[in-house]
Amino acid sequence: MKRFADLYTALDQTTKTTVKVDALTAYFHAAADADKLWCIALFTGRRPKRSVTTTLLRAWAAEQAGIPAWLFEECYPIVGDLAETIALVLPPNTQESDHSLSHWVTVVQGLRDQDEGARRDVILQAWDQLAPTERFLLNKLITGGFRIGVSAKLVTRALARATDQDEAALTHKLMGKWTPDDINFKSLVLADDPMADRSKPYPFYLAHGVEDVAALGDPADWMADWKWDGIRGQLILRDGLHYLWSRGEDLMTDRFPELAQLVDFVPDGTVIDGEVLAWQDGAPLSFNALQKRIGRKTVPKKLLAEAAVILKAYDLLEWQGEDIRARPHAVRRDLLSGLVAQLPETAPLKLSPSIGFDSWDALAGIRETARDHGTEGVMIKRADSPYLAGRKKGDWWKWKVDPLTIDAVLIYAQAGHGRRANLFTDYTFAVWNGNELTPFTKAYSGLTDAEFRQVTAWVKKNTLQKFGPVRSVPPEHVFEIAFEGIQASPRHKSGVALRFPRMLRWRQDKPVQEANTLDDLNALLETYG
Amino acid sequence: MMQPLLTFTERGIYCAQGDFYIDPWKPVARALITHGHADHARRGMESYLATQAAAPVMQHRLGPDERIETVKYGETINMGGVQVSYHPAGHVTGSAQIRVEYGGEVWVASGDYKTVDDGLSEPFEPVKCHAFITESTFGLPVFKWTNQDVLRAQINDWWAKNAAEGRVSILSAYALGKAQRLLRALDGEIGPILTHGAIEATNAVLRGQGIALPDTMLVTAETTAKTHPTALVLATPSGMASPWAKKFGAASTAFASGWMALRGVRRRRGADRGFIMSDHADWTGLNDAIAATGAERVFVTHGYTDVFARYLSEQGYDARVVETDYTGESLDAPAEEAS
Repeated sequence: MKRFADLYTALDQTTKTTVKVDALTAYFHAAADADKLWCIALFTGRRPKRSVTTTLLRAWAAEQAGIPAWLFEECYPIVGDLAETIALVLPPNTQESDHSLSHWVTVVQGLRDQDEGARRDVILQAWDQLAPTERFLLNKLITGGFRIGVSAKLVTRALARATDQDEAALTHKLMGKWTPDDINFKSLVLADDPMADRSKPYPFYLAHGVEDVAALGDPADWMADWKWDGIRGQLILRDGLHYLWSRGEDLMTDRFPELAQLVDFVPDGTVIDGEVLAWQDGAPLSFNALQKRIGRKTVPKKLLAEAAVILKAYDLLEWQGEDIRARPHAVRRDLLSGLVAQLPETAPLKLSPSIGFDSWDALAGIRETARDHGTEGVMIKRADSPYLAGRKKGDWWKWKVDPLTIDAVLIYAQAGHGRRANLFTDYTFAVWNGNELTPFTKAYSGLTDAEFRQVTAWVKKNTLQKFGPVRSVPPEHVFEIAFEGIQASPRHKSGVALRFPRMLRWRQDKPVQEANTLDDLNALLETYG
Repeated sequence: MMQPLLTFTERGIYCAQGDFYIDPWKPVARALITHGHADHARRGMESYLATQAAAPVMQHRLGPDERIETVKYGETINMGGVQVSYHPAGHVTGSAQIRVEYGGEVWVASGDYKTVDDGLSEPFEPVKCHAFITESTFGLPVFKWTNQDVLRAQINDWWAKNAAEGRVSILSAYALGKAQRLLRALDGEIGPILTHGAIEATNAVLRGQGIALPDTMLVTAETTAKTHPTALVLATPSGMASPWAKKFGAASTAFASGWMALRGVRRRRGADRGFIMSDHADWTGLNDAIAATGAERVFVTHGYTDVFARYLSEQGYDARVVETDYTGESLDAPAEEAS
């Protein structure tokens, strides 16, 4: 664990990408295969199955620290991370040990077969023989979520360097549902055939935002289609089975059972990139409708009828069992539209149509109508580009329509978690309803650190009342709130729910009386809801 | 019922019997000051009383026109029948806890304090009292300070590694207290120590009162990464965030603060390193200091007041929160630099 702790420390002690990649590369050269495999797994979002509840961990930590349980609970939101809170409150370790990372994974996994008393003994014993950083990492193994400023991309780059192979090819190998329990380092990383696992998705190609489209050059070199507001999905049809992957590499197949029938219509050896959308009468339903489906592993019939989904297809990655990602975008689109044209009208797979345009101005005009089509803007893709892996600048651009905005009054503030623990960053906003202020949204992002500090200082001095962690403040500050969509919502006092609200700017120039009203909000609902 | 010896008013901590205030935040006739940080020593008082060691920096910050009288540690002054004395708080040079006694009742206002001997400030002395006024900037059990020797080694190792790679090290710290404490900890063999103007001005004042500090060099227009590639630059938090720091090129940056104990805060600052160093007491320090006073009543003035007061109450103290304008250790815009 010391070697892994040293790696973690090196990664944590720098903000420079090159230093991080160097540290990872050195680790991949030096560590044992089993440890390397777990390191890759942890940094790409895989972890051992939860073997102890966090409730028990908290109780044991408070007990070892000699503090009451309520005090531990007060510390947790301020630290923002359970594994770290536990590591910080525990007394110093009294023993030493240096077992490997995979040893500790085995210990953690072994807990599942033991009773509570035995689990407690193992954990307390582990805490007492690990130094603070190792202890934090052990807690992370148990609680999950190794977000420590290292992306899967950096890990892949370092591993590609350490094993002397192409980064994109390695990215493909590391995709999918593998865990260190069912594969070893050699077959995952060193073997040549990523297709040995037939469910394995291709790495997603991600677009960058664009403002100045004229800078993209001759419009004739580019193609466009709508930017849909759903869930990015990759549909795989191989060996008579189908798999649906999310961008976050979640296997979503069972959540959207209506796509299963595609096995009957779409030829084997096909992989499609597209957007999962709730769809009705030839148009997308709001993201809210889709949201009801996201969290459910099994879908009740009623919901299936209310929010039936389709895959809106925009790219073809595999055709007749062949990886065609290197072929030009225009060619892949032609194959895709030919494929979709063969399908019956009722099939839950639709083509995301190409948008014809002969000038950037024309495309700008079309983009203005995005909301009428239930979309967020347009995607611009270079006609002769291959399908790349990850977020690469140059060939794919998203050109979103300007957000909707409203000027609102800050009425409650709450301290943030983790990175923002000692700042008030979570705000509730209201609009005027006659002489009353009606809360209608929360927002957490969009201000600079300096602005958050300024608001925090003001909140501390101007707190009217404390409700637990929430403070009410006098209605003095106006913020421009931007959002992507608006829906009627009987659950909210204001009667509306916003999609992706955030602060666009602090309107220090605007008197609080001039903030918008509930009528203004309802007018937006009328137009865009 | 008799009025308490000290009361908490909208101007500050007040002693009616002696007719004086301790660390007031609004203008008063007579201000007893624990230490020179701007949230404790404010402009506009008719008269100030501070320790001899605290007075020079206060005069520098408040301006030459303010009238500052001085007192020695341990010396007793009679003010309207109230016995007043100053005792080391270990926070910064000259910082004091102010003890007041009347009719056999003893109160101590501790201002800001730490119990660890930092090698620069006069070490904290526990003072027995009936009622103790405490801060709680780091009053949570997640705050436990790094051992001084380990800390010194961490900072010097970081600097030496950067120097070996030809990279300037920029370390951010408060102009008064933390900066000088760091100066004492730095290993001058590694390279030259450069300072931001606000820090160098405070250094000059402290050197003037006989406090030995290693040689430092003020950063000027001519000082760059090229002229001093192995330097350590001591900057104020605001200096570090400004274009001023840019001329040191691809420097390695670090903060020295108690807040660096939290990974999230460290990451939000976007610095390469965070050294856990504070001039305030950690969880253990606060609890030990309070226990050592033997006080029954404890007033918690700033920091994690609600949580800390609740914990103290469960430990059997008569503890309560009082609202003040003190800020404790902030990572951002420390009030002291405004002056």
